[in-house]
Amino acid sequence: MAEFHSLNSADARPAENKGGAEQAPPSFKAARGRVGRTRGRIGEILFKILLTGGGFVVLVIVAGILLSLIVNSVPSLAAFGPAFLAGTTWNPSGGEFGALPFIVGTILTAFLALFFSLPFSLSLSVLLGEYFRKGPFAALIRTMMELLAGIPSVIYGLAGTFFIVPLIQALEMGIGFVPYGVGIISASIVLAVMIIPYSASLGKEVLELVPEELKEGAYSLGATRTEVVTRIMVPYSFSGIIAGITLALGRALGETIAVTMLIGNMNAIPENLFAPGQTIASLIANEFNEAGADLHRASLLELGLILFVITALITILGKYVIRKMSVGGSS
Amino acid sequence: MRDANLVIRNGVNVGFKAVIIVFSVAAVLPLAFILGFIAFQGISALNLDFFIHGSKPTGEVGGGILNALVGSGLLILIASLAAVPVSVVTGVYLAENRTSKLAFFVRWAVDLIQGMPSIVLGLIGYAWFVLPIARATGSGVTFSILAGGLTLALMMLPIIIKSTEETVRLIPVSLKEASIALGVPYWRTILSVVLPASLSGIVSGVLIAVGRIAGETAPLLFTVFGNYYFNADILKPSDAMPLLIFNYTMSPYDDLHRIAWGAAFVLVAFILILNIFVRLVVRRWKIRF
Amino acid sequence: MKKITAAGLNLHYGTFHALIDVSLGIEPNKITAMIGPSGCGKSTLLRVFNRMNDAIEGVRVAGNVELDGENILAYRDDEAIDILRRKVGMVFQRPNPFPLSVFENVAFGMRIHKLARGRELEDRVAESLKAVLLWDALKDKLKRSALSLTLEQRQRLCIARLIAVTPDVILLDEPCSSLDPVATLKIEELMLELKKRYTIIIVTHNMAQAARVSDETGFMLLGRLVEFGETSRIFTAPQAKETEEYITGRYG
Repeated sequence: MAEFHSLNSADARPAENKGGAEQAPPSFKAARGRVGRTRGRIGEILFKILLTGGGFVVLVIVAGILLSLIVNSVPSLAAFGPAFLAGTTWNPSGGEFGALPFIVGTILTAFLALFFSLPFSLSLSVLLGEYFRKGPFAALIRTMMELLAGIPSVIYGLAGTFFIVPLIQALEMGIGFVPYGVGIISASIVLAVMIIPYSASLGKEVLELVPEELKEGAYSLGATRTEVVTRIMVPYSFSGIIAGITLALGRALGETIAVTMLIGNMNAIPENLFAPGQTIASLIANEFNEAGADLHRASLLELGLILFVITALITILGKYVIRKMSVGGSS
Repeated sequence: MRDANLVIRNGVNVGFKAVIIVFSVAAVLPLAFILGFIAFQGISALNLDFFIHGSKPTGEVGGGILNALVGSGLLILIASLAAVPVSVVTGVYLAENRTSKLAFFVRWAVDLIQGMPSIVLGLIGYAWFVLPIARATGSGVTFSILAGGLTLALMMLPIIIKSTEETVRLIPVSLKEASIALGVPYWRTILSVVLPASLSGIVSGVLIAVGRIAGETAPLLFTVFGNYYFNADILKPSDAMPLLIFNYTMSPYDDLHRIAWGAAFVLVAFILILNIFVRLVVRRWKIRF
Repeated sequence: MKKITAAGLNLHYGTFHALIDVSLGIEPNKITAMIGPSGCGKSTLLRVFNRMNDAIEGVRVAGNVELDGENILAYRDDEAIDILRRKVGMVFQRPNPFPLSVFENVAFGMRIHKLARGRELEDRVAESLKAVLLWDALKDKLKRSALSLTLEQRQRLCIARLIAVTPDVILLDEPCSSLDPVATLKIEELMLELKKRYTIIIVTHNMAQAARVSDETGFMLLGRLVEFGETSRIFTAPQAKETEEYITGRYG
């Protein structure tokens, strides 16, 4: 497409038909010259501006988001500075705001969810990328995986509320914990199910790309299929698999509604995995509309800013790894 | 001569495959559970009342999802109207400018929006669409369907941009060159040749984006806010399907839980049918030249 | 005794009859070349010798193929095939080193078959690299990724990889087609060195190479083995008309 674009670049002058235009090789410029005139040229330029404008709008939106978050957090940034991140008290009526419980809650649930999801998403990647690439079973699994990714967060929250919570409650009673039902672990379990499709599909794609000759080389040495998968295919696709995991992590960090419905909404650092907690996203969801005081609002927005930055960094990291892979080949 | 090592390796080989299959099936099984229970619980809540009534006062039995249905419908409409033009234009821009520096940044920007937590988008929706309207009209903070729709539009952008870009990229260069060689100006070529050829891809992208936002709750919390009463005025707050499910699930009343399941059924059915429609119908459209 | 014999070998890919009544005998410690135009079945024949065709869907093999007197087509269980693949190693057209270090590439076969550990493993890696004349160049770079080597070095590495599991037979499927002429000659020298310890079968579309390097040559056309015999005779006094036409460049 690059050369096509240059055919239309601004350096194409409308060819004037001075006498022997036939001497010039039949070029697109000449073709346009016959039809093109100043009006057409303006139309071209306007159209290009329109297209570029679309791109600009997107850039402006992102810049605007960052700006809005920063500007609206200023009261909180000014009042607390970096100590905000370490503060453990969240007391709206007293005007004291500390972010630590929510940072802990966010990271804890996200990593726990990632941990729970890994065996399943890796299995899915290997299943669809090597063992069952075609056929009805593969199609079924693939479809189910895609559908899982399309189910709205609130539905996961609904299902989690009526199935996971009672289960965890029973478990908690059985092992002598306070039977909250809701809490870090319930939220993490449901979150794990939600993020499986993200790492699984990327993992599957990179495993599919392993060259046949590499596998044949291993088989010709007498390797079993498992050995080919674990010793050759996975190392070959390692960066892609990591990229998929990173993307899944980003999703887990930013997930709001299902977590809000299952985490128990307690504004403190959870004492154990079965205790309720709060993530940044669930805190904002719970408190923003009722937050009256400016400082309260600003603190919530600062938390939103922190969350934005964390997820943006993870997203950039993941996409960077993917881009590096498709340009330079593997490893 | 049975080599012990070989026996182990073969055992591991078979065992590994079995483990992979078990874990994979277990990973997708939740889908069956969720769909199954939504169908089971949800269908029992569906009746005519369910669809034509709005919320009832707490404690009264009955009531339905009418407010939420209308709200969601309007939200989707506004979001699509706002998002589609910008997204398609940007998608075409990206497809036609593979290597420019600006396009590079635009792509990153699209990825950033895509990766954004929905709650942050909700905050932005509040800051950009709720506050300004309130300030402009001088009234107190006004939640509105308009604000919610515009926020959802932000969410649709990356999806439609990417699918448009992909589709346009796949249009054979020869098609464009043929048009240009006939003297058709570039802009006309895009509009009359490339876009119609990409129609199915673009429409799929839009419909997939619709399916995505139909279930989104967080962006609505601070923009549409919810409304007990029926409202079709886009400048006022309203209820929406995901909001209803969210609120009713967290309430202590069984009756409301029942309605939540019914609403979940409708919502999931909508999304599923939309996806099937996209896969089977839209993707097959082809405009012949 | 012949190292490998084939009698009445027939192979079908689905309905396509790829190998038709092939019969031959491969001498031990010699280089045998299989030549013929593209699609004549020479690579397919090669892959019968280490049962690599098994992986292809719809493949049917009939006949008798013996390695050291045992019919390898009759092997049913994984154990026998595993041993076969150790005895008969394969080098591919495009060098395919694993995405591992040089050392780990050579050690791969030994590790999975548990043939050696620790000190012994290291020694055998060194021996294999010496046998392919890579030791001097790489002895300080064993930890480097195999992907950092030149094409020629990679191909040698692939040969070292299979030498490490001490095969009897080495199959080479157009091993030099990705390499430049200088590298090709070096690999050919290596083959002449290796035939002292191994039986070598090479498939090549380069007739000059076959003439340079091999002791015996077989010419295949459309799935049949048209002629087989001592290389010098095949190239100077071919018996079949098709052989003569191919060698003189009328086709292929």
